[in-house]
Amino acid sequence: MKPRVAIFALSPLAAWAQAASPAEERLAAVEAAAQAARSAGDNAWMLVSAALVLMMTGPGLALFYGGLVRKKNVLGTMMQSFSMMALVSVLWALFGYSLAFSEGNAFTGGFRYLFLNGVGAEPNGDYAATIPHQTFMLFQLMFAIITPALITGAVAERMKYSALLLFMSLWLVVVYLPMAHMVWGKGGLFNAFLGGRIPCFDFAGGTVVHITSGVSALVCAVYLGKRYGYPHEMIRPHSLVLSFIGACLLWVGWFGFNAGSALGASGLAASAFAATHFGAAAATIGWLLAEWRKMGKPSVLGGISGAVAGLVAITPASGFVKPMPALFIGFAAGVVCFYMVTAVKHRFGYDDSLDAFGIHGAGGTLGAILTGVFATREINDGLKDASGNALPLGLVDGNFGQIFNQFAGTLIAWILAAAGTFVILKVCDLLVGLRVHDQHEIAGLDLSLHGEEGYNLES
Amino acid sequence: MKKIEAIIQPFKLEDVKEALKGIGVDGMTISDVRGHGRQKGHKEVYRGLEYNVDLLPKLKIEIVVTDQRWQEVVDTLAQAARSGKIGDGKIFVSDIREAIRIRNGDRGESAL
Repeated sequence: MKPRVAIFALSPLAAWAQAASPAEERLAAVEAAAQAARSAGDNAWMLVSAALVLMMTGPGLALFYGGLVRKKNVLGTMMQSFSMMALVSVLWALFGYSLAFSEGNAFTGGFRYLFLNGVGAEPNGDYAATIPHQTFMLFQLMFAIITPALITGAVAERMKYSALLLFMSLWLVVVYLPMAHMVWGKGGLFNAFLGGRIPCFDFAGGTVVHITSGVSALVCAVYLGKRYGYPHEMIRPHSLVLSFIGACLLWVGWFGFNAGSALGASGLAASAFAATHFGAAAATIGWLLAEWRKMGKPSVLGGISGAVAGLVAITPASGFVKPMPALFIGFAAGVVCFYMVTAVKHRFGYDDSLDAFGIHGAGGTLGAILTGVFATREINDGLKDASGNALPLGLVDGNFGQIFNQFAGTLIAWILAAAGTFVILKVCDLLVGLRVHDQHEIAGLDLSLHGEEGYNLES
Repeated sequence: MKKIEAIIQPFKLEDVKEALKGIGVDGMTISDVRGHGRQKGHKEVYRGLEYNVDLLPKLKIEIVVTDQRWQEVVDTLAQAARSGKIGDGKIFVSDIREAIRIRNGDRGESAL
């Protein structure tokens, strides 16, 4: 047995060279071929997943948000999401990936992958042993793009473009990269699977993506103040048709987001796919029922908002829970987020214009906590003790303490997002000013910031 | 000459055009307008925010006719545009001092 173990530890090529007998030679060749086939399958799924997650921002979120604003702001709003696809990608290549995913301390990564040095076809065994390191880097990039894009819902129809670019660049560095490192980076404070001190389960970004963006959105909405005329003037969505298409693209893209977070074409990916879908479905029904009861009519905007709320809430849980808990988490998110954007927002009077906080902040928090309840080793056996047995994950496995770990992760995400965002807003306010002039706001961002109009139907 | 301005329900346009054609009126100008009279609007709710939409879409028809014909045109128009429900609209009639055909400078009733 001994020599075979030694051979497998080496690369297939070296194994061939050293193989003693023809039998061992053939075995090594079969082993290498099986490994290559698995890598090809995993890599195919992960490249598709990365593309699906990018599709969530453009056109998914751009359409969802673009339809919710008035027609004079449709281009400005789509431009905010689209710009993240460009801005974040460049920052990610230069230093973002390194600060999030290279080894550093418990709070931030290091400089090892600066300028994407050493990020190539060779897999990074710490994160995903069967796909090229570059695939992993690209997949993570798409998350870093959509997260700041989500915040734009809170500043819609009134933020300067220059201020937005500056704010988002700083936000990525101050809030997103540290949070991504803490939860997913090797040695990060909350990384349950790679040496974190406080193991917090976040399969696809409940804390990293949705709590950070949602809470930052709330701070932005309060800091920027209300839109001109809100809430007395009629500020209606100009095209729920666009929003509907956007929401459906988000639902589809989310399969890449959550099932892709299995980092391979595995059974776990299928499980996350199922949880994601059932979460979204139940949340749609939850929101519609709550709305029907309270407002008298189930609306299309309510249905698609519910679906997004469910997708948000199931995100951290997707790779840990069975389908029935997924239905529960989704339904709860639909009802809770409905009350957040109807009752709570109006009670406090902040203008979270497109409900980035009400859906992503609230849904993300709910999902992060409920993950601690429903996470089970029957779905995810990634956490093992010394003798290789799967450790209990959430409350349903008898691990009560996990709820507190989830609270800790949630709390840190809230604090980092709120404090970081406030400081960055102050800096941007001093440097370039945050809001457009009143006249520009009345004329609309499309004309005043970009010199174009979205609809020239008679030209 | 009289100008007849009729604010009607958009879905009555085809009926009105048909009826006017039937009595030989073949020129008219139509524009999209919004407004309301005694008719109340409706309520729209977007994520809990309620708006009373009281300016409803209507069509405005403008026709200029001779003094002899205006009664007949008004009667025909009113009958064709009537659904019997609130929101059917209104008709206004006013005197016209002059009419000019731009193409050849015709004036008065011959310009109609």
